[in-house]
Amino acid sequence: MNFDYSGEQQMLLDSVLRYGLDNWSADKRLACLKDLPSNVTKSWAEMADLGWLMLSIPEEEGGLGGTPVDVMALMEGIGRHLIPVPYVTSCVLVPALLSGTGETATEILEGIGLGNIRAAAGFLESEGGFDLNYVGLSAELSDNRWLLSGEKVHVEDGGDADWYVVSARTAGSIMDSDGISLFLISANSPGLKVENFRAVDGHTHSRLRLDNVNATLVGEKDQALMRIESAVDRAITAHVAEAVASMEMANAVTLDYLGTRRQFGVSIGSFQVLQHRAVDMAIAAEEARSMMLHATLNLNADPVTRKRAVSAAKTRVGQTGLYVAKQAVQLHGGVGTCDELIISHHLKRQMMLDTAYGQADYHRTRFANVS
Amino acid sequence: MNLEFTNEELAFQEEVRSFFAEVVPKEWLTRVRAGLRLEPKELIAYQKALAERGWGAPNWPKEFGGTGWGPTQIYIFESEATRAGAPIQFHQGLELIGPIIFTYGSDEQKKRFLPGIINADDWWCQGYSEPGAGSDLASLKTTAAKDGDEYVLNGQKMWTSYAHVASHMFVLARTSNEEKRQQGISLLLVDMKTPGIQVKPIDTMDEKHHTNEVFLDDVRVPVNNLVGEEGRGWGYGKVLLDRERMVSAANAIHIQQVIDGARAAAERLIAGVPLYKTPTFSSKFAQLEIEATALKTMVLRLMADAAAGVDSGPRGSMVKLRWSELYQSAMGLWLEALGPEAAHFRGLENTQAPSDMPYAMQGALYSRVTSIYGGSSEIQRNIIARRALGL
Ligand SMILES: Cc1cc2nc3c(=O)[nH]c(=O)nc-3n(C[C@H](O)[C@H](O)[C@H](O)COP(=O)(O)OP(=O)(O)OC[C@H]3O[C@@H](n4cnc5c(N)ncnc54)[C@H](O)[C@@H]3O)c2cc1C
Repeated sequence: MNFDYSGEQQMLLDSVLRYGLDNWSADKRLACLKDLPSNVTKSWAEMADLGWLMLSIPEEEGGLGGTPVDVMALMEGIGRHLIPVPYVTSCVLVPALLSGTGETATEILEGIGLGNIRAAAGFLESEGGFDLNYVGLSAELSDNRWLLSGEKVHVEDGGDADWYVVSARTAGSIMDSDGISLFLISANSPGLKVENFRAVDGHTHSRLRLDNVNATLVGEKDQALMRIESAVDRAITAHVAEAVASMEMANAVTLDYLGTRRQFGVSIGSFQVLQHRAVDMAIAAEEARSMMLHATLNLNADPVTRKRAVSAAKTRVGQTGLYVAKQAVQLHGGVGTCDELIISHHLKRQMMLDTAYGQADYHRTRFANVS
Repeated sequence: MNLEFTNEELAFQEEVRSFFAEVVPKEWLTRVRAGLRLEPKELIAYQKALAERGWGAPNWPKEFGGTGWGPTQIYIFESEATRAGAPIQFHQGLELIGPIIFTYGSDEQKKRFLPGIINADDWWCQGYSEPGAGSDLASLKTTAAKDGDEYVLNGQKMWTSYAHVASHMFVLARTSNEEKRQQGISLLLVDMKTPGIQVKPIDTMDEKHHTNEVFLDDVRVPVNNLVGEEGRGWGYGKVLLDRERMVSAANAIHIQQVIDGARAAAERLIAGVPLYKTPTFSSKFAQLEIEATALKTMVLRLMADAAAGVDSGPRGSMVKLRWSELYQSAMGLWLEALGPEAAHFRGLENTQAPSDMPYAMQGALYSRVTSIYGGSSEIQRNIIARRALGL
């Protein structure tokens, strides 16, 4: 048993931390947020130069073939400094969906790794909640071409994507596990309407409306669900690492504040009730870190083990993450709610990480029902 | 002991109900349900409509222009307001400074300021907190130095909500340095147009402008605007503490609006079934309603105390605490009901976000403030421990 990063992994983490501190630290963040799209673009290009975007892409497809632990190390840096780049979507989720599915996919993966292409993936449909098998978007074969019609209600980080990977129904009916296939569509395809939304954490998401959009089938027809679930579990686990690092940062900042803020002639950290709160926050972070390791180290296990591990981590890290962030705001008092301090940004990100791919209720149910 | 209304009270209920049916526009509903304040001009219009009907100050005695209502009528009034989707009246004039003025103010002050509060010609903001004086308000540093028939104010106020809208501000400032920090603090009424006042917005996480920093630089206030006696301002806050139970009570009654908001959001279908009918959601929702029932009954007991003119002990603090917790969890449930679309805060390039956005998210974020302001939850617990439990 060993929970240490290798020398290389530690170096990766250190360099992401340094990058975050230099570019997205609390004192620079507000200015960055004023022109978010161009600052994200700038960071994206710099991350490409550093080789980070190709981390989890297989070597055969132009990447570094990084492991889940490598990704975890990188995500810790992103979470600690709340770097609002679409990394998990474009560089973890999409590679897991596309790798090994053929030439078109390889080209896109190479582009992602070099920072020339951004891609996102759409699974969720209205009325489907977070169910990945709830797929009604239709795919019809006509003249040897796949034409897609329907709607994806939420595409995580879809805002600036050049390509979308979407699930579509090629057989069976709306909630069947079989009969789901994956397709690639270009963002500027005729018949595709992309509606963008800004989230409170600076990420940009989309809703897609498709009307006979030309698409390329990727992977095996009708049997994509397993691949989708596995890829989403990787995305969730990367998010979990981001959440844990954000919790730890929020705790560190709060602890510092407890020592410096004075009321009633003493530092507020001398109030026992706040000490106990800080202890509970530290326990929450410790629990979350353990869950992060549990999920990450089971990511390549058999599907049942993996799903239970990931859903367990998603549930518990969602809960503890929200707890920590809310208490961090609370212990800061009024300033905790203002933009100027980093604390409120951690809360907003935790709320969004908790939402992405389903909250505790959803994952508790999945945990209980996996077989 | 009973929970029934008399025939007279029932008739009053009808009267209030039909009034609200007329004055509350539908566009307010989602914001009101999310616990967000309406725009100042909307709140002013609402207050003016109430004032016209003679109901501008439900909690004030008749002699000062109030309704003189007893607790049952106030309860009916707030419950009907809640039902109709009406907002809570802006409280800083009505519940905070108004009662202090009619209790401790000069006749001249009563004549000048009370009508403006009721008919919304004036808007009051509260200049108490400072960067270094939050929970520990008595450590405030703003000074008011007497110079002839004026006080000269210097210092910085923080978190002054709606200072950007206000015509007036009531300020706590130090007029002398005494051994006991609570002494030597005076309460002054300041016209916001006075030279030397600078208001700077504070950007908050909910992306809604409600609060400000206020810089006071040689601001000259006529001595006539001192409330009560010099150096006794701290004690006047005690009225507030007592009045604040009414603010808490009104908030707590309005909690049903937040619950209704979450319920409406949960009408979204999941595989053809409304979300609120799914087992996990309905059970969480029931929990919320159960807690809201307890809160509502706590409020009734609080109001009965007020009717009997007895001290509520810690009940006001308890209601405030539980109200803020319930508001926060109800907003959490509302966001959960939005599912993945909770991430669609604002539509870009003319895209339409879900109909309850951005308000649901703003409400969820804003709700965090309610366990911080007006005496944080930690401070409320300290008060209960000390005053009620004798610890
Ligand atoms: C949106 C908003 C609007 C506001 N509007 C107004 C307004 O209009 N006018 C106005 O005057 N003020 C206003 N306030 C100020 C508000 O009343 C203060 O924020 C509040 O009193 C807390 O003070 P603080 O923010 O300085 O926090 P602090 O007092 O610094 O508290 C920080 C943390 O320490 C805890 N703490 C402090 N003392 C103790 C103790 N003895 N024991 C245990 N824990 C303790 C607190 O609970 C909190 O968790 C507003 C605040 C906000 C956020």
